Amino acid sequence: MAVSLQPIKRGLAALAMMGLALPALAQTTVSDAWVRASVPHQQSTGAFMTLTADSDSKLLSVASPIAKTVQVHEMSMKGDVMSMREVKAVELPAGKPVTLDPNGYHVMLMGLTQQVKEGEQVPLTLTIEDAKGARQTLEVQAPVRPLGAEAGHDHAHMH
Amino acid sequence: MTDLLTRRAVVAGMGVLGLGLLAGCNPARGLEFKYGKNMSNEILGRKFRLKDTQGNERTLSSFYGSMPMIFFGFTQCPAVCPTAMARAAQIRKLLRGRDRDLFQVVLITLDPERDTPEVLDAYVKAFDPSFTALTGTPEEIAEVAKEFRVFYEKVPAGDTYTISHSSTSYVYDTRGTLRLSLGHSLTAKECAEDLVTLMEIC
Repeated sequence: MAVSLQPIKRGLAALAMMGLALPALAQTTVSDAWVRASVPHQQSTGAFMTLTADSDSKLLSVASPIAKTVQVHEMSMKGDVMSMREVKAVELPAGKPVTLDPNGYHVMLMGLTQQVKEGEQVPLTLTIEDAKGARQTLEVQAPVRPLGAEAGHDHAHMH
Repeated sequence: MTDLLTRRAVVAGMGVLGLGLLAGCNPARGLEFKYGKNMSNEILGRKFRLKDTQGNERTLSSFYGSMPMIFFGFTQCPAVCPTAMARAAQIRKLLRGRDRDLFQVVLITLDPERDTPEVLDAYVKAFDPSFTALTGTPEEIAEVAKEFRVFYEKVPAGDTYTISHSSTSYVYDTRGTLRLSLGHSLTAKECAEDLVTLMEIC
């Protein structure tokens, strides 16, 4: 093959480009991930983040070594009653940031194996599937924010 | 001389204020809230008898002299309850002087089986050291929820459960009369504005 005859430098450049190109097949980026701190003996808490997929995908599951059960829940309000239900997957339309925050979808960490303290990092493993059924796992280190932290950085934003 | 007069006037003024407090808040006439709902004609939560996290029995009369804002939740709730708690902490910060001292946040747990007094205490105090939490037996909690017309139900989640529940906060005046309800979607600033309206007549 021609490639094998090319100078090493060009070969490396090609490899680097492949390296860039490969994950781009189904790339999902995670931003602003955080976990809410817990108090001693509290058994569950929540994880929040923004996901952006570059092709139509869905978030299938989340795992973490600090919780026995991790589920994605959807919060909804009917009148003044807030309800939670587990969802099987969260749709991630191409290019559209999807926010998992306290007012909608969020990750429930249940059966905590330890207290989650502010300033720590919580490892999360996200499993994402693209439209062709190819699965990708993403490792995220989510910093722990105080128990009273609000969604996002904008404190005025409540609606 | 002028100093003395002023001081006398202040003392007299304080006496009148004291009488005002004893006599309770002025009638709700003209009480107009901008964001919350005027509940002056409703009777809710008059008879509850629960325990605080130190094991002391608490009723509505335990809060006479302060303005309790009572709402329901549970500590295993990752989304709505911390938002409501954080909003309550923010409301307290927005209130000034006497208003802040009057404001008493009370969380009643809907999950007494899992929310031990220790967890409850650490939880509410993580938001603000002045906050109080109340608990009871599951039967007592069911009774109190009924009294407040609060809906709640356990929803299975994995091998455990979460709880769907009403998210409205109820505010009483210093004499234990229900005055105001605040919905979950209101901001801390909106709630604080309505609370100041109420505090002005009390």
